Amino acid sequence: MSIDLPLVFTALMGLAILAYVVLDGYDLGVGMLMPAASDEEQKLMVASIGPFWDANETWLVLGIGLLLVAFPLAHGVILGALYLPVAAMLIGLMLRGVAFEFRVKALGWHRELWNWLFWFGSFVASLAQGFMLGRTITGYERGFGYWLFSLVVAGGLCGGYMLLGATWLILRTEGALQQKAVGWARWGLAWVALGVALVSLATPLASETVRMKWFDFPRTLGLMLLPVATVGCGVWVWRSLGRSDWKPFAGTVAIFVLSFAGLAYSLFPYLVIDRLTIWQAAADPSALSFVLYGAVVVVPLIAAYTAFSYRVFRGKARAGMYEH
Amino acid sequence: MDASNALQLARAQFGLNIGFHILFPSITIGLAWLLVYFRARYALSGDAAWLATYKRWTKVFALTFAMGVVTGIVMSFQFGTNWPGYMNNVGNVAGPLLAYEVLTAFFLEATFLGVMLFGMNRVPGWVHMTSSVLVAFGTTLSAFWILALNSWMQTPAGWAWTPEGKLIAADWLAVIFNPSFPYRFVHMTLASGLTASFVVAGLSAWRLLKAPADGAAARTLRTGIVIAAVLAPLQVAVGDAHGLNTLEYQPAKIAAIEAIWKGGRGIPLELFAIPNPVTRHNDYAISIPKGASLILTHNPNGGIEGLDAFGDDAPPVAPVFFAFRIMVAFGFAMVALAWFGAWMTRRGAGAPRWLLWTFAGATFIGWGATLAGWIVTEIGRQPWLVSGLLLTEDAVGAISGAELGASLTGYVITYALMLLAYIVVLTHLAAEGDAGGES
Repeated sequence: MSIDLPLVFTALMGLAILAYVVLDGYDLGVGMLMPAASDEEQKLMVASIGPFWDANETWLVLGIGLLLVAFPLAHGVILGALYLPVAAMLIGLMLRGVAFEFRVKALGWHRELWNWLFWFGSFVASLAQGFMLGRTITGYERGFGYWLFSLVVAGGLCGGYMLLGATWLILRTEGALQQKAVGWARWGLAWVALGVALVSLATPLASETVRMKWFDFPRTLGLMLLPVATVGCGVWVWRSLGRSDWKPFAGTVAIFVLSFAGLAYSLFPYLVIDRLTIWQAAADPSALSFVLYGAVVVVPLIAAYTAFSYRVFRGKARAGMYEH
Repeated sequence: MDASNALQLARAQFGLNIGFHILFPSITIGLAWLLVYFRARYALSGDAAWLATYKRWTKVFALTFAMGVVTGIVMSFQFGTNWPGYMNNVGNVAGPLLAYEVLTAFFLEATFLGVMLFGMNRVPGWVHMTSSVLVAFGTTLSAFWILALNSWMQTPAGWAWTPEGKLIAADWLAVIFNPSFPYRFVHMTLASGLTASFVVAGLSAWRLLKAPADGAAARTLRTGIVIAAVLAPLQVAVGDAHGLNTLEYQPAKIAAIEAIWKGGRGIPLELFAIPNPVTRHNDYAISIPKGASLILTHNPNGGIEGLDAFGDDAPPVAPVFFAFRIMVAFGFAMVALAWFGAWMTRRGAGAPRWLLWTFAGATFIGWGATLAGWIVTEIGRQPWLVSGLLLTEDAVGAISGAELGASLTGYVITYALMLLAYIVVLTHLAAEGDAGGES
C-alpha cells in the first residue's frame, strides 16, 4: 500500500496553519487590544506573550513552507493572487515583531511610536490575513461583491483574534486587567458570533461548489453538527466568562478548530477552489517523502520542546517579565 | 508596463529584501556563539561581571534576531510572489531544503530564545546554558540549509529529469554537499563571525568613549578585536579557495569578477578599471601584468577563459567587478584594523581615544564586505537563477507594475524606519552602563 502523500501534506499544512492561527492569533489579539489598556497593563499584556510570539510566528513559516514544498504549482498561483494583502501582512508582522524589542528599549516619544506601531502592525496583519482567507474561499474572483465578502471575513477574523487575545489574558493575568479582559471577551464573542454567522451564510452564496457540498441531503444533517457544536462552544465561553480562568480560552480555541474544520471541508480537495486540487498541484513523491522522513522525526521534537517552553513559562504574567 | 521592466522591479524588490535581511543573520550567527562564550565564562567563574556582559549582549542579540526573523518571513513569501517559476521548475529540490530549515532550525532557535531571554530565573543553570547553545546551534543550522540551497543554485548537483520532464533530486547528499557548498558555508560563517566581532568591538568602543572606566567594555573590546584578528586572515585564505572553486565551476563569474573580456595566457590583474560593455574593453585600467593568471592558476602564464568564451551566457561585468573589489578592500581593512587593534591593546593596554573612535566607526564594517560579497555571487550567477537549469527571466511572476511599485514603496519605508530605529537603539544600548540597563 502506498501513502497518499499529497493528502498527508494537506493534513500537515492544515495543522500548521491552524496552529499558527490559534497561537499567533492570541498574540495579534493582545496586540490589537493594547490601546484599551493603561501603561502598566500594557506591560503585563506584552509579558504574557513575550516568550512565545517568535515560535508562534514560526508556524506561519512552516505553513507557507509546506505549501511551497508540497504544492509548488499552487504556491505561485495563490501568492500571486494575494500579492498585495501578503505584502500588507508582512509589513504588519515586521512592525509588530520588532516593536516587541523597540517598545522596551526606545526612549521618550520613540517608545510611544513603537507602542502605536505594535498595535498598528497587529491590526494590519490580522486584517490582511482575514482578507486573504476571504479571497481564498471565493477562488480569487474579481468583483465588488467578492471584495466586500473578503472585507467582512477580515473584520470577523480581527474579532476572533481579539477574543483569543482577551481569553488568553483571562488565563494569564489577574486582578483588574483580568476583569477588563472579561469585558473585552464579551465584545469579542458577540463580534465573532456575527462574523461566523455572516461568513457561514455568505460562503454558500458566494461559491456554487461550497453550496453543493453543504446542501446535499442527507449529508447535510450530519454536517449540521459542526455549526451546532460551534454555537455550543460560544455559549459555553459566554457562560464561563468571569467564572473560570481557562474555560473561555479553551472554548475559543474550540470555536477556531470547528470553524477551521468547516472551512477545510468547504475547500477540500481544492487548493485553488474549482481550479487546482491537491493532487494536481503536488510536488514529486521523491521530494515529499524526503521531507516526510524528516518531519516524522522532527515534529514530535518540536512538540516536546514547545511543551517544555509553556511549562517553563506557566502561571500568571508578572510585571518586568519582558525586561530581559 | 513591459516584461523586462517587471523583471527589473521584481529583482529590485527581492534584492532589497534579501540584502536587508542578510544584515541581521550576518550578526546573529556569530554573536550567538559569542554569547555562549560569555555565558560559559559566567558559569565557570561565577563572576557577576561576566553575567552582566552576557545580559548586555543578549539585548543586542534579541533585537538583531527579531530584525532577522521578521525580514526572513518576507523572504519565505517572496519566493512565491516574485519568482513563481522558481518553485514550479526546481521546487522538488529547493522546497525540501527550505522545509528542513524551518523544521530543524527555526522552531529550535525561536523556542529556546524565549527560554534564554526570560527563563534565567525559572530554569536551572545548565538548562539555561543548554538553551544558549541550542540557539547558537539553530542559527548555524539555519545558515547550513539556506547556503546548501544557494550553493545548489550556483553549482547544481545530484539532480535528474523524470521521464515526464520534471526535475527531481536523485541524490540528496550530492544536492546538499554540492561543489560550492563547503566553501560558501565556511566563507559565510566566518563572515558572520567577523561581522559580529566588529559589532562587539565597535559598540564596546562606543561605551568606552562615554565611560572610559568601564572594565567590562574594555574586556569585550579586546574579545572582539582578538577574535577578528584570528578570523580575518582565515577569511582571506578561505576566500581564495572559494575563488578557485568558482573558477572551476563558474568560469564566467570569474571572468566578470576580473573583467577579462578576452581569454588567453598571462592575463593581467586589473586593480582598478571601468569595464566598458560596449567596446568590451577596460577603460582607465591600472593593472599588474600576469597578476590574474598568477592568483587564479598560481602560474604567471596560466590560461584563463575570458568573457568572449561565454557569449550572452555571462553576467553583467561592472557590478560584479566593482562589488568584488569593495569586498576585498573591506576584507583587508578588517585584517589591518584587527591586527593593529590587537597589538595596541596587548597585555591589558588601554586603547587611546582615537583608536576607540576608529573601532566605533567600523562597527558595521562587516556589513559592507558581506553585502558586496553577496552581490558578487548573486549577480555573478546571472543570467541564470539556477546555473544551466533555469533562467531568471523564466522564473519571474506576472505581477503588475502597480502592485510591485506599491508594495516596494511600503517595504522601503518600513525598512528605512526599522534600520534607523535599530541603529539608534543599538548605540543607545551601547552607551548606557550595565547598572542602568534595566531597559
